[in-house]
This record gives sequence, structure tokens and C-alpha cells, in this order.
Amino acid sequence: MKQLMLGNAAVARGLYEAGCCVISSYPGTPSTEITEEAVKYPEIYCEWAPNEKVAMETAFGACLAGKRAFCGMKHVGLNVAADPLYTMSYTGVNAGLVIGVADDAGMHSSQNEQDSRHHAIAAKVPMLEPSDSAEALEFAKLAFELSERFDTPVLLKMCTRVSHSQSLVETSPRTEAEAKPYEKNIAKYVMMPGNAIRRHPFVEERTRKLQEWAETAPVNRVELGSTKMGIITSSTSYQYVKEVFGDDVSVLKLGMTNPLPVKLIRDFAGKVEKLVVVEELDPVIENHCKALGLVVSGKDSLPLEGEFSQNLIAKKLGEEVYEGRTIDSSIPPRPPVMCAGCPHRGLFYTLSKNKVTVLGDIGCYTLGAVAPLSAMEMTLCMGASISSLHGFNKAGGAEAESKTVAVIGDSTFMHSGMTGLANIAYNQSNSTVIILDNSITGMTGHQQNPTTGYNIKGDPAGKIDLEALCRAMGFTRVRVVDPYDLKACDTAVKEELAAAEPSVIISRRPCALLKYVKHSAPLRVDPVKCVGCRSCMKIGCPAISIREGKAQVDSTQCVGCGVCEQLCGVKAFQSAGKEG
Amino acid sequence: METKNIMIVGVGGQGSLLASKLLGHLLMEQGYDVKVSEVHGMSQRGGSVVTYVRYGDKVNSPVIDKGEADYIVSFEILEAARWLSYLKPDGQIVTSTQQIDPMPVITGAAVYPDNLVEKMKATGAKVDALDCLKLAEEAGSSKAVNIVLMGRLSHYFDLPDEAWQKSLEAMVPPKFLELNKKAFELGKRA
Repeated sequence: MKQLMLGNAAVARGLYEAGCCVISSYPGTPSTEITEEAVKYPEIYCEWAPNEKVAMETAFGACLAGKRAFCGMKHVGLNVAADPLYTMSYTGVNAGLVIGVADDAGMHSSQNEQDSRHHAIAAKVPMLEPSDSAEALEFAKLAFELSERFDTPVLLKMCTRVSHSQSLVETSPRTEAEAKPYEKNIAKYVMMPGNAIRRHPFVEERTRKLQEWAETAPVNRVELGSTKMGIITSSTSYQYVKEVFGDDVSVLKLGMTNPLPVKLIRDFAGKVEKLVVVEELDPVIENHCKALGLVVSGKDSLPLEGEFSQNLIAKKLGEEVYEGRTIDSSIPPRPPVMCAGCPHRGLFYTLSKNKVTVLGDIGCYTLGAVAPLSAMEMTLCMGASISSLHGFNKAGGAEAESKTVAVIGDSTFMHSGMTGLANIAYNQSNSTVIILDNSITGMTGHQQNPTTGYNIKGDPAGKIDLEALCRAMGFTRVRVVDPYDLKACDTAVKEELAAAEPSVIISRRPCALLKYVKHSAPLRVDPVKCVGCRSCMKIGCPAISIREGKAQVDSTQCVGCGVCEQLCGVKAFQSAGKEG
Repeated sequence: METKNIMIVGVGGQGSLLASKLLGHLLMEQGYDVKVSEVHGMSQRGGSVVTYVRYGDKVNSPVIDKGEADYIVSFEILEAARWLSYLKPDGQIVTSTQQIDPMPVITGAAVYPDNLVEKMKATGAKVDALDCLKLAEEAGSSKAVNIVLMGRLSHYFDLPDEAWQKSLEAMVPPKFLELNKKAFELGKRA
């Protein structure tokens, strides 16, 4: 029976059908739903690991023990996990090991748009790239076969448009994979120089064999149409090419983008008058063609940045495109904002008011950089807030130490903030670190983490005590504040910045979107009392607007957090329903 | 059949995912090839969001481009205007008249444009505008705006009522089914 299935759910289905037994992942848009869907199959053990490196090593351990394993992450997560990946390429696998990585061309929810294919090339591991949900399911299964047949981890590369599009798939029952009992093999699995030196030629030979396989593999297929133009493409770009040209061109559709075939590409090039490569981000296939001495175009007209679409490809390849109509008025942009009642808001207001320099991190709270709060001045990658603060303070001395903080979420702190904090404790900068503990991994859609006390299924699990952890590292100044209490936030920030030793402030309140969080009644503004001073507008709450010179609360958005109320000098805010 | 395109636009958190799920189910049940493209992650946090639904004999691209939409279904009037360039020359807009100020308007950096329905109509676009929030509240919940819009959209489709009802039953949790059926009906009859 055909079903409409999200690309990420189709990967999960493929893992299930292939007999995958262990999944360890770290959430990251657009990869998260692979693991969230997989956990619905009771046959697969699933978990959220603290970070991608831990996830990949966990999956490696599981494959070593003889069970098919998977780990999923976003493109930047693969940087964190690059260390095990590059050497797992040498050890190879026991049972199959598949790594799902989802790129985000267009940066819908990411800090860069790096092209993961470079990791496949550099680590010398094969990479499969599905172009819709049906292929996502099929390629997930194929990835396990290739992994075991060629003794290699396999990268399954998704992208936002394949991960987050639903298309039709046909499912099959699960086939249990044959158990592969663990056997001691020091020469294969202990990568010290003497052994690794002997494994490297194996890796090169494996790549040669994989390339040979790529020449005739069904996932690399020629769709012969008119031979005036031949397009080599992969992933979602293939769908745009078919949308624009249908059968008016010939297409070489590559399902495996590392290693790339040679003879297949040469033969295809020989059949067409003009050869074009259509690929998002970097010219990986195009450079391969050029290295083969082929005359090819691609990035001379197609952009290196952003997502493609049918119109973009049509226009760049010389077709006419209808651009639609617009109205005369300018349309104000609508950037994402912190939700009404977001616990981060009160803390960021405090930092903004005290003119503190804030080094930030990755999560919902990165929105603290947006006007009117504009209370974040640096965001780089997971964990960088704390380590950068240490460097900033070592360079800037006492003056920097007295007015600079790091802010980091609970999940990000567990991911890679702890090591930065260890550096502060060890090398002793007088730094102030603020952990924004909203008791969940927020931005990716509410995943549990080691500080929440629950596992991926929502069952009780181990819970790391943040206060005890910081104290164990040597911090004597560790305090907890409620970010809805502006006065307490103000006192905490002032005192800890002034203190003569490093400190940690834990700003603790659960995300307002969590189902178990009880909301207070919405507030309303007494129009008689309101003087229109706009003090309440400084917090950038999407539920408050000015109408006819007076503040007004949108009762469908307001959760009654009361932060705005604390800023009002004339007590104009009151709980809805109360009069006076 | 040539591929048809429906865009669902609004503000992150308004419930466009349920609307696209409903349409996806409905159109798949009619035997079409269907693709639905969604937005997850940061853009969901109160930003401008768009979902694409495409159906036909064979659908390739998962996204809809400028000038391609047969229908734009909008939860908010400014968002309908923002995505207007995606409408086909003879395309139809179905929009709620609700206004939600974006942050640049809240901070005073920009102004919310007025008379948007008239301005869109002046470009030759067909615009069906109604107060879906009011109808949703009448059905029992302000969260049912998505289903009111689906009811309204059903006007323009040559499909039996049972097909829509069947998809509603498949996609909406039983607890909220009655409320949503009422919302659908109110949208359809408005």
C-alpha cells in the first residue's frame, strides 16, 4: 500500500526494514525526525546522545558487537563527529553502520551551509543521496548492504527538501539481519600507527572497488531524452531538473556521490552535445568531470549559495520564467522571534539593560540577538560561547571580565559546553557563564537531554544535576534564578560580574511550549492607566503591540508570564477577567 | 493531469502542518501523486512560514515557485500579500483577515500596510477573504482556523463532501473531531 511519508520518516522505515537494532543521534534540523520516527519501532533501541561524536561512537560500538546501527545528525554535527568518522573509515565495520547527515542549503535553521560531500571524500567513505522519500527508504536499506559488503561506514546524505518533504512510498516487512558475533581483531580495530599503516591501503583499495561498483550500480542511472543537452545531477536538484525539462534533456542521475563513476560519466558525456552539472552548493561533481578532462558547465551560471528551485534552474539555463505579480506597498519582514512567555526573554532583557557583552550559542536563545533586545554579539557553533568567553577575558583582562558573559542552553551545555567550562575552572579566568536551563532541547522541537531526567521515549532516565556538576568542577559561585523575576535576574547578573572569582548562573524555567507547563491567565492593558510610554515594548514580546497610542495584549498569544507587568510604571497590566 | 499547486502560508505556530497533512491525505486518496514540503526548526518560531502541496499524475519538484500557485491559502493577511508573486495569473487566494504584527512593526521600524485585500485585488488576483478566527472561535477554539480555511478551500474543489470528511477523521484526533467538523462546515458555508 502506498503511503505519504516524510523523507526523514522514510529513512527511519528503511532502517527498520533493514533490521537496524541500535540508533544513537543528536537532534539537529533537518535531521531530527529520522530518530523521532525510528523510536516508534519497538525492535530498534533509540537514544539521544549528548552530542554527535558520542552518538557516532555509540553506533560504532553497536556495529562492533554485531548489530546493524545508525546515527543521525545535521551537517554541522558531522564536524563534531568527524574524528571517529575518519578513523572508522580505516577500521571498517562488523555489522553494517550507516550515518545519516542532513544538509541545509538555504540555511532554514543553520549557521552555515557547508556541503557534507567534502567529508565523504576526505574520510574516504561512500555516500548515497536520495532525491525523495521512496529513495530515502530504499537507500537506507542499500546503505547497510554496502556497509557490510565493502566493510565501511556509509554516509546517507539528506537535505532540507528531501528530509522535510512528504512523498509516496511503498513499505515492506522488516528483515532481521544476520547476527555477526564480535570477534577480537586487534589489527583491524586498534588504530595505532603499526596497524593503521596496514589499514590505509585497504581503504584505497576499497574506494577503487566502490568506484567500480558505481559504474554499473542501479542507483546511478541514465535517463536518455534529447541529446542536445545532458545534465548530471543528484538529490533534490534532480527533481527540479525533471520539473523544468522533463524528457527534453538527457539526465545522468547519481544516487551515489562518493566515489563518483568515471566510465559512466565519460560515456554519458560522449552521447550529448552539451554537458551541464546541476548540483546545490559546491561543484563536487563538476570538478570531478573537469578532472576527467571533460568540457562541462555548471557553476559558471548556477550559484554556489542557497537552495535551487525549478525557476532558478530554468532561468540560469536560458528558459523564460513568469515572475508573478506584487502589490505596491512594501511588505515588512517577519523574522522568527522568541515566543510569548519564552523564559529566555527576561534574562536577555536584563543583559541588554546592563549593557553586558554577550557571547552566545546555538538554540532558540540565539534569537536574543534580534531587535529590540539585540543582546547577543557572537554565535559560532555548539559550545563556543563558554570557550570564547574564556579567551575574550584572558585577552581583555579585568575590564572584559566585569562586563562579559556567555549564555548557553541546557542541551548545548551538555553537548559541548562542559569542556569549555572545565577550561575556565582549570585555567582560571574570572568568567561569568549563564546556563539557560529551559529543561528541554527547544529549537529542534522538544527533545529530552541528560539534564531533563527523561529518555527519548519520555520514560524516567538518569538526570545530571547542573549545580552539582559545576561545583564539582571547582565553581563555588553557582546560583539559580527565575528568568520571569526581573529583579532577581538583575541582582544575580550584577553580583556575579562583580565577584572576584568565576561563577555560573543557572536561569531556570521550562520552555513555555512544553505541554506540562501551566499558563497563567492572559494579561490585559487598562487603556485608562496606560500612558503609551512603550516601556513594555523593550522586551520584544510578540503578544504586545501599540494600538492608537496604547499598549494592547493579544490574548491568543499571551501566557501571563508577567515580565511586561514588571516594566510598567503605572500598573496598567492586569490579569484578564479582573477589573480595576 | 498537469500538476496543481497549493501553498499554505502563515505565521509559525498557526497550525499549517495539520492543514497540509489533511490536503496530502485527501489528494492521495483521490489517486494522485502528491508531494508536501514543510518547514521545521527556527522559522517555526513566529516567523513567516510556507508549506507546499503539489498533486497530479507525476510530481517532481517538492516546492512551488513564483507564478505557479493555483491556490494560496493564508492564515494572515500580510502573509497572503507577501507570497502574492507565487500566484498563477488566474490563481485564487483564500485568506483569513486576521492581522498579526511582525516584530519590525512592533518595534516601530516598519508599518503594517493597510487595505491589503483591495491592493491584492487591484493586481487582478482573485481574493476570498473572511474572518476565520471569528468562525474558529464560534466552532469552539481559536486554534481551528486551519480547518475553517480548509472548509473554505473545499468550495473550489470538485470533490464530494465525504472525501473531505474521511480525511478529517483520519488526520484529526478523535477528541477534537466534532469541533473541527464544525469549523470545516462554518468555513465552507461562510
